Amino acid sequence: MSRQSNRATDSKKMNSELFTLTYGALVTQLCKDYENDEEVNKQLDKMGYNIGVRLIEDFLARSSVGRCHDFRETADVIAKVAFKMYLGITPSVTNWSPAGDEFSLILESNPLVDFVELPDNHSNLVYSSLLCGVLRGALEMVQMAVDVRFAQDTLRGDNVTEIRMKFIKRIEENLPVGDE
Amino acid sequence: MAIFSVYVVNKAGGLIYQYDNYVPRAEVEKTFSFPLDLVLKIYDEKLVVSFGQRDGIRVGHAVLSINGVDVNGKYTAEGKDILEYLKDPANYPVSIKFGRPRLSSNEKLMLASMFHSLFAIGSQLSPEVGSSGIEMLETDVFKLHCFQTLTGIKFIVLADPRQSGIDALLRKIYEIYSDFALKNPFYSLEMPIRCELFDQNLKSALEIAEKAGTFGPGS
Repeated sequence: MSRQSNRATDSKKMNSELFTLTYGALVTQLCKDYENDEEVNKQLDKMGYNIGVRLIEDFLARSSVGRCHDFRETADVIAKVAFKMYLGITPSVTNWSPAGDEFSLILESNPLVDFVELPDNHSNLVYSSLLCGVLRGALEMVQMAVDVRFAQDTLRGDNVTEIRMKFIKRIEENLPVGDE
Repeated sequence: MAIFSVYVVNKAGGLIYQYDNYVPRAEVEKTFSFPLDLVLKIYDEKLVVSFGQRDGIRVGHAVLSINGVDVNGKYTAEGKDILEYLKDPANYPVSIKFGRPRLSSNEKLMLASMFHSLFAIGSQLSPEVGSSGIEMLETDVFKLHCFQTLTGIKFIVLADPRQSGIDALLRKIYEIYSDFALKNPFYSLEMPIRCELFDQNLKSALEIAEKAGTFGPGS
């Protein structure tokens, strides 16, 4: 993995199977440790949050997106730039609420759940909770409080994976200067 | 050395990283015999020359070391008061090094948080709404460039006024920060950066910037 590669194309290649296995090992270990699906979901969300607050700087450093001025712009940037950059997929943005503060990301495929099947005793487990935490943490660092949850999950029998994102409020404390 | 220093300031205005890339040029070491013909006074916890400029020792220069041993403010390394030491003829001849006083880390912390506040003033003074904060501060000896990320971290570079390509360098430092500081799981956000890889990569980025004169993408 050469670090001298051209940053614009980000051509570091890693075997995605290793990624799937790593994430799977993580979730199964958490299940063993906590034995309670809700608790595992919470822990995954927390871990995702810690990833998100760091990932946002990497994202901003590598892409040259400026500040988004409304939630629609944010949705577009998340779907078209961020997901593409980190997971190699481009979800579609749909189901806008009338107030324009809630939307859905429809993922045709989810790289985290390649080869995964949920057994019956883990029916409440939201396997990809990490993604919710990542989105929440990343947006909090750019002064947006959002609520992220899975509305549909292919692992639990739905046709597509749907992530529902709701804008709660702008975080006014610690606002970087010049953004009023 | 065309790039003098790099400062990184967190969201709250605290200095989390500082690197100096310059060698103070004005340092003079001389041997003196009794009585000392320079007038020294205590200023800001340091011993500085107040009168008696000669041979490269200027007014305002501080006592940096005595007989080769670095001093500790107005005391020698052993804890003796320097002024008392220099009044005693038995201690002569003595070799004293004078130079421009270097900033202590506390002073740098204070200056960084002061800059953080000034940065905000820059935006508030603006006649137009939505102005950024201070992006550049220019003096006759250096230019200070500041880049604030969307998350509130400020990267500040002090460079020679003729040095170009600092904008690209600031972006490069942002990338190095997002790589070697943030991807290190043992580094906590907003805390002082003590990552060796970050230091190393920052130094090589500064070298490249200085050599190239400008800093191109993809370097």
